[in-house]
Amino acid sequence: MEMGSALIILESGLRLAIPLLCACLAGLWSERAGIIDIGLEGKMLAAAFAGAALAHFTGSAWLGLIGALLASLALALLHGFATIHRSGNQIVSGMAINMIAAGLTALIGAAWFGQGGRTPSLQGPARFEPIWLGMDALTLLALLSVPISWFALYQTRFGLRLRAAGENPSALETAGVGVAMIRYCGVMICGVLCGLGGAYLAIAQAAGFLPQMTAGKGFIALAALVFAKWRPLPSLLTCMLFGLLDATSIRLQGVSLPGLGQIPVQAIQALPYVLTVILLAGFVGRAIPPAAAGLPYVKEN
Amino acid sequence: MRRSLPIWADVALIPLINVVAAFLISGLVVLAIGESPIEALRLMIMGSLGSPEGLAFTLYYSTNFIFTGLSVALAYRAGLFNIGAEGQAYLGGLGAALVCLALPDWPAFLLLPLAIIGAGLFGAFWAMIPGWLLARRGSHIVITTIMFNWIATSLMSYLLVNVLRAPGSMQPETRGFSASAHLPNLDGMLTGLGLKISNSPLNISFLFALIAALYVWLVIWHTRLGYEIRTLGANPGAADYAGVPTAKIIVITMGLSGLMAGGLALNEVLGAQHRLLLDFTSGYGFVGIAVALMGRAHPFGVVCAALLFGILYQGGSELAFDQPKITRDMIVVIQGLVVLFAGALEGLWRRPLLALFNLVSPHQPQTETER
Repeated sequence: MEMGSALIILESGLRLAIPLLCACLAGLWSERAGIIDIGLEGKMLAAAFAGAALAHFTGSAWLGLIGALLASLALALLHGFATIHRSGNQIVSGMAINMIAAGLTALIGAAWFGQGGRTPSLQGPARFEPIWLGMDALTLLALLSVPISWFALYQTRFGLRLRAAGENPSALETAGVGVAMIRYCGVMICGVLCGLGGAYLAIAQAAGFLPQMTAGKGFIALAALVFAKWRPLPSLLTCMLFGLLDATSIRLQGVSLPGLGQIPVQAIQALPYVLTVILLAGFVGRAIPPAAAGLPYVKEN
Repeated sequence: MRRSLPIWADVALIPLINVVAAFLISGLVVLAIGESPIEALRLMIMGSLGSPEGLAFTLYYSTNFIFTGLSVALAYRAGLFNIGAEGQAYLGGLGAALVCLALPDWPAFLLLPLAIIGAGLFGAFWAMIPGWLLARRGSHIVITTIMFNWIATSLMSYLLVNVLRAPGSMQPETRGFSASAHLPNLDGMLTGLGLKISNSPLNISFLFALIAALYVWLVIWHTRLGYEIRTLGANPGAADYAGVPTAKIIVITMGLSGLMAGGLALNEVLGAQHRLLLDFTSGYGFVGIAVALMGRAHPFGVVCAALLFGILYQGGSELAFDQPKITRDMIVVIQGLVVLFAGALEGLWRRPLLALFNLVSPHQPQTETER
């Protein structure tokens, strides 16, 4: 493969990695605080729809971004209310959010725009255009969230408390810090990052919303999170890797490789999931989730 | 003062309130779209229960939901959250299709049992791997079953596009099965009962689904295995201490759960489509989660909830046909709201309801142990 096509793959790999990265960091913040979130997919989808719809109505990509963040935050707060406030099952709540978002976006999209659920295509200032080295503002924001997340999690008191909420919440409560409050913070940061990912999908990468446009990215992000062992910098590397895999699988369609023959596209698409299963089972290395993730914390009286 | 709800309120009233809440919120959505919720509800009920055809379609959808609901419910009893019914059902379809394609000339009385076994075994196999990974390697069952859904999607799309596709066809689907691989349709039987139905996909799988529900009930409450499953679900530590072979029970439970999910293939592949299609499961596996939660992971509750979701699916299709502004996505919204209210916000109505009961009849006889 010559230089040119390698660059193209790298570039499209980055583009495919950005929404994964947002969702992966989102999941990281939530699970580090002790709240498992399988509703990343739904939040990104809702954000993508709200972002595209608002960008279409106002003609401003930035207002679209705000709409995306608000939609995702609303669902994140619902998840927080169900799992923190009501000690509900975190998996079930995430599942519900995925279904509600998948249904509502398609339903409202079809009713408002009458184009089978898609929004009208966005043009000009209603979209994020490349501003620096071919990258748009949302790409830069997503990449910046990696060092910011690292710093906030490992170098600040807030980060220490948040990680404690996910590892040993009763110790945190003993230290006089409210677990519920910290967990709400984690869930809301998760909402903001999912909103960023959704906005990127609909108003930067594509020019509008398509029903089910997240196409499982929220779940690949969960896989990436396991892969990165719940750490920010490895999250970036894993998402880049998964993005590159995706980009190569598109390029490799029908291409015969020396010694290997044709590799089925589906095999490359399944690779992140297979690798995650292997890693989670500890066959190669071991990925250990935060100790208290998934468990509701009920304060003792 | 009552300290807990009467049993009828717990079993019937709370699920009812959950459904009503889900429908009320969906009604607001319909209102926001600019249609009448009352009219929408009328169309849904007429479309699903108002005619013999509608009823047959309702029962046909319910069949799918009984199977996937049982799958989720059974695992739930052991404290295992099986999100993988979708992928397990998909693989079940593969098992059934491979038998039907390999032995097209066999007579129905041999071919159909084999195809059913194929569906069950493949479904069970796909569920037992995550079970084994949890039992032996400690992998989180939720994450693994999610991953296995996606692996199933890739595997099946590869097989259907590259291997099993009918020669000369552009569609990613197998060739049609021979007539001996078709499960008997129930139209004729119902016509005999005086209902005139033509061309509904309702088939004998519906009866199989009811038998499966009875089977799950028997296993869970009347066998040693069921006792071990329930003990594991109630308290894994105690189960281990009491000598329950936890690892074995996890794998067996997941196997049975996948077996039930494979039942979806009976209705869809052997009963209705008579070929293997891409994405024939169309999310029915996920509906199983809503059905199991609503049915309180009890086979009888699962059957009731499956009937409700059957009404929802058939009624929703008719509604989308009559009022194009309300697309079938409405069903997914209601489904999500049911999962939210019956699952994630499970205790939401309990306390207010208890207060209401105490307000209405404050002088309940006290049990001697109370304070």
